[in-house]
Amino acid sequence: MSSIIACHECDLIHHIKTLPPKGTANCIRCGAVLHKHKPNSLERTLAFALAALILFILANSFPFLGLKIGAQVRETTLITGIYELYVQGMQVIAILVLLTTVLVPFTQMMCLFYILLPLKFGRLPKRLPWVLRFLQAIQPWGMMEVFMVGILVSVVKLAKMAKIIPGISLYSFLALIFVLSAMTVSLDAHLIWQKWEEHR
Amino acid sequence: MTPVFQTARDYGLISCHSCHLLCQSTKQPADMQCPRCGARMHDRKPNSIARTWALVLAALIFYIPANVLPITTVISLGKAQSDTIMSGVIYFIHTGMWPIALVIFLASVFIPLLKLIILIFLLISVQRKSSWRQQDRTRLYRITEIIGRWSMVDIFVVTILVALVHLGGLATIHAGPGAIFFGAVVVITIFAAMSFDPRLIWDTEEIIHE
Repeated sequence: MSSIIACHECDLIHHIKTLPPKGTANCIRCGAVLHKHKPNSLERTLAFALAALILFILANSFPFLGLKIGAQVRETTLITGIYELYVQGMQVIAILVLLTTVLVPFTQMMCLFYILLPLKFGRLPKRLPWVLRFLQAIQPWGMMEVFMVGILVSVVKLAKMAKIIPGISLYSFLALIFVLSAMTVSLDAHLIWQKWEEHR
Repeated sequence: MTPVFQTARDYGLISCHSCHLLCQSTKQPADMQCPRCGARMHDRKPNSIARTWALVLAALIFYIPANVLPITTVISLGKAQSDTIMSGVIYFIHTGMWPIALVIFLASVFIPLLKLIILIFLLISVQRKSSWRQQDRTRLYRITEIIGRWSMVDIFVVTILVALVHLGGLATIHAGPGAIFFGAVVVITIFAAMSFDPRLIWDTEEIIHE
């Protein structure tokens, strides 16, 4: 698997030879990561995507935080929180939150299933180039890990005011963050493009 | 002696933005498509400097109302109290919760401003064709790409507070107009970082060699 590529950050031409397992190729001029060898990229990414989907469904089906003041208990799921913002007239913010914490992560998983499941069974999905490009374009907008910090800050903010009850799905959220980032990291786009080129 | 670096541009090649395939540049690069992935190809991101400047200036303008207007309004027992980002930070310092104050200050005030300052610095240095510490400037660019998303923390906090604190007359939290401007700052700065092309930092090198 040797190839000639240009550094995406400084345009320098490199000749990349086959990398040793877990090896990394860096640009000799600006230090950017050109390519990383990722063992079993296909299987690992698929496994993480499946785990992420299960956790995602759990995380969104149950409340993640509850608030108790006196006898009143109020619980919230992610969707009801977004709906509440929408009703209050903050439609723009509601849509932004919906995109970054629900739609983008979900679409990422679906794109990966579309690409990786057929590849795993030796077939080539028809719209692979478009889907893979789309996946790379939406990547910066998935912000699950930032949302987790948001939960932490809110808990501390509210702790003085009322009793906080951690919801069932809080733990799914926590696990989801790690699985989602593992999913993103283990994907080797270079390998998929190469497979596409070979099979076409 | 420093080695003479050869870039894709020197060979008349274009690297695809999305699949990194190297292709021969055609006479009309504007409507060139990558033969492998079908993405539009360009030698450098189109109008990178002008676009980034426009987005940076827009973000700077929105940064003011984002910090001046209230981001949340707490209505408790008939009394309304509005909070801006900074007044929230000051409140936490006064109540002794400085770690939380630090998190909010870093994510909401410091990071967006730092990102804008770095981008302005990169834009000016590229426009002056500076060849000063190119590796470090590329590193700065990488930092702006990574840290931008963390500014969303405050938007998420507002979402959670609004959803949870909804106790009728006892206490209700509403999102304020500052949240919209703040969200705009975050989104616009992410687009600004995307539209900047770090290869411009290195393009001066070739001019020197010629």
